[in-house]
Amino acid sequence: MFEAFLIIVRRDITLAMRRRSDLFTTLFFFVIVVSLFPLGIGPEMNTLRLIAPGVVWVAALLASMLALERLFAADFEDGTLEQMLLVPQPLSLLVLGKVTAHWLVTGLPLAIVAPLLGLQYDLSPEALGVLVVSLLLGTPALSLIGAIGAALTLGLRGGGVLVSLLVLPLCIPVLIFGAGAVEANVSGLGEQGHLSMLGALLVLSLLFSPLAASAALRISAE
Amino acid sequence: MLEIVDLECVRGDRRLFSGLAFSLESGELLHLHGHNGSGKTTLMRAICGLIRPTAGEVQWNGTDIRRLGEEFNRELAYVGHRNGIKDDLTGVENLRISCVLDGIAVSEAKAWDALEQMGLKGCEDLPVRVLSQGQKRRVSLARLLLHASPLWILDEPFTALDKAAVGFLQTVIRSHVERAGMVILTTHQEVSLTRGQVKQLQLGWKGDGDV
Repeated sequence: MFEAFLIIVRRDITLAMRRRSDLFTTLFFFVIVVSLFPLGIGPEMNTLRLIAPGVVWVAALLASMLALERLFAADFEDGTLEQMLLVPQPLSLLVLGKVTAHWLVTGLPLAIVAPLLGLQYDLSPEALGVLVVSLLLGTPALSLIGAIGAALTLGLRGGGVLVSLLVLPLCIPVLIFGAGAVEANVSGLGEQGHLSMLGALLVLSLLFSPLAASAALRISAE
Repeated sequence: MLEIVDLECVRGDRRLFSGLAFSLESGELLHLHGHNGSGKTTLMRAICGLIRPTAGEVQWNGTDIRRLGEEFNRELAYVGHRNGIKDDLTGVENLRISCVLDGIAVSEAKAWDALEQMGLKGCEDLPVRVLSQGQKRRVSLARLLLHASPLWILDEPFTALDKAAVGFLQTVIRSHVERAGMVILTTHQEVSLTRGQVKQLQLGWKGDGDV
C-alpha cells in the first residue's frame, strides 16, 4: 500500500522535472510579487519590516493557488485519474501522494527562497528563521486544503478562478498564524503559540483533506 | 460472477436505459451493441463503479460493488476511450507504474517483454508523446498482458490499431476467455472465439436491453 503512495510521489516529481516550465512559474511569481513591494514602497526600513510577514505570506498563498489548478487537471485529461479510481488502493492515499509531490515541487521551493527575499525587508536572521519554519508548516496545509478545491472544480470551465474563490477563505487561518508567527517574533512576543497553531492546522488538514478530496474526485469523474 | 440487477442510468435529462438485467459468468464474453449515444460507455462505466447508477445495482459474486469498494477493483481491468498513460513518461515507466498501482509486482524485464509482445520493440523507452495514436493504444493495452484480474471491461479497444494489432488483441481476449476470464467489450469488429460463450446485448432506442 505504501508502495503505491511512493510510486505516485515519484511519478509526479518525474513528470514535473520533465516539464520544468510549470515548476518555475510558481516560484518566479512568488519572487516577483515579494520583490515588487520594496520597489513600490521605497527604502523605508521600518515600514518594510512591518509589512514583511504579511506580504511574504500573501504572496505564498497566491503562488500556491496558481499551481493548484494543475494538481489533478492533467491526470483527468489523459485518463490516468480514471485508472487511479479503479485500482485496489485507497484513493485517499493516492491523493496524499499527489499532494505530497505537488508540495515538494511548488511549496518547498517557496520556503527555501523566502529568507533571501526577506533580506529586502530588513528582517533579522532570527525572524527569517521563523519565516522559513512557518512556511514549512503552512504551505503543506495550503496544498492539502487546495486539493479539495481542485478536486471539486475538476473539469469545469473557468475552474482556475473558482478554485481560488473556494479555497482562499479556507486558507485564512493558515495566513493569520503564518504571518502572525513572524510578526510575533519581530515584536519580541515569541512565535511559539502561532507555530503550534500552524502545526495543528497541518495535522488537521493532513487527516481530513485526502478523504474530502478523494470523495470530490469521485464526484467530478462521473 | 457479475450480475446486473435492474440497472437504470440517466445522463442529463435523458434516460439511457432502465430495467437492464443480465449476468456474466466465467468464460463468457459480452459484446455490447448499440448506435452512437445509446449508453454503451455509460453502462461500462457504471459496471466499473465510475458512475453511480440512478437505480439498480451491479453485483460481484452476489455483493453490491459499492459495498466491495477497492476489493472489486482488484477483479477489474478497464480500458476506456482515453488511454490513461502519461505523455511525458516512457512506455516502460507507464506500464510499471500502472502495475504497482494494481498491486502486481512486475520486473523491468517483464514490462519490456509485454511491450515487445504488443509490437512496440524499439519504442519501449521513448516518451509516449512521440508515439503515434495506435502505438499509444498499444502501450495502454499492454497492461492486459500482465493483469491477473478476471473481469476485463474494454471500451472500443480496437480503435486506432492496425490489422496486425487487432489480430493480436483478439487472440489475447480469446485466451483470456478460455482461461475462464470475463470480458465485456464494445467494438464494431467481430470477435471470434474458439471456446466460451459470446453474448450479445443490444442497447436500443426503447432503452431496454435483453440478452
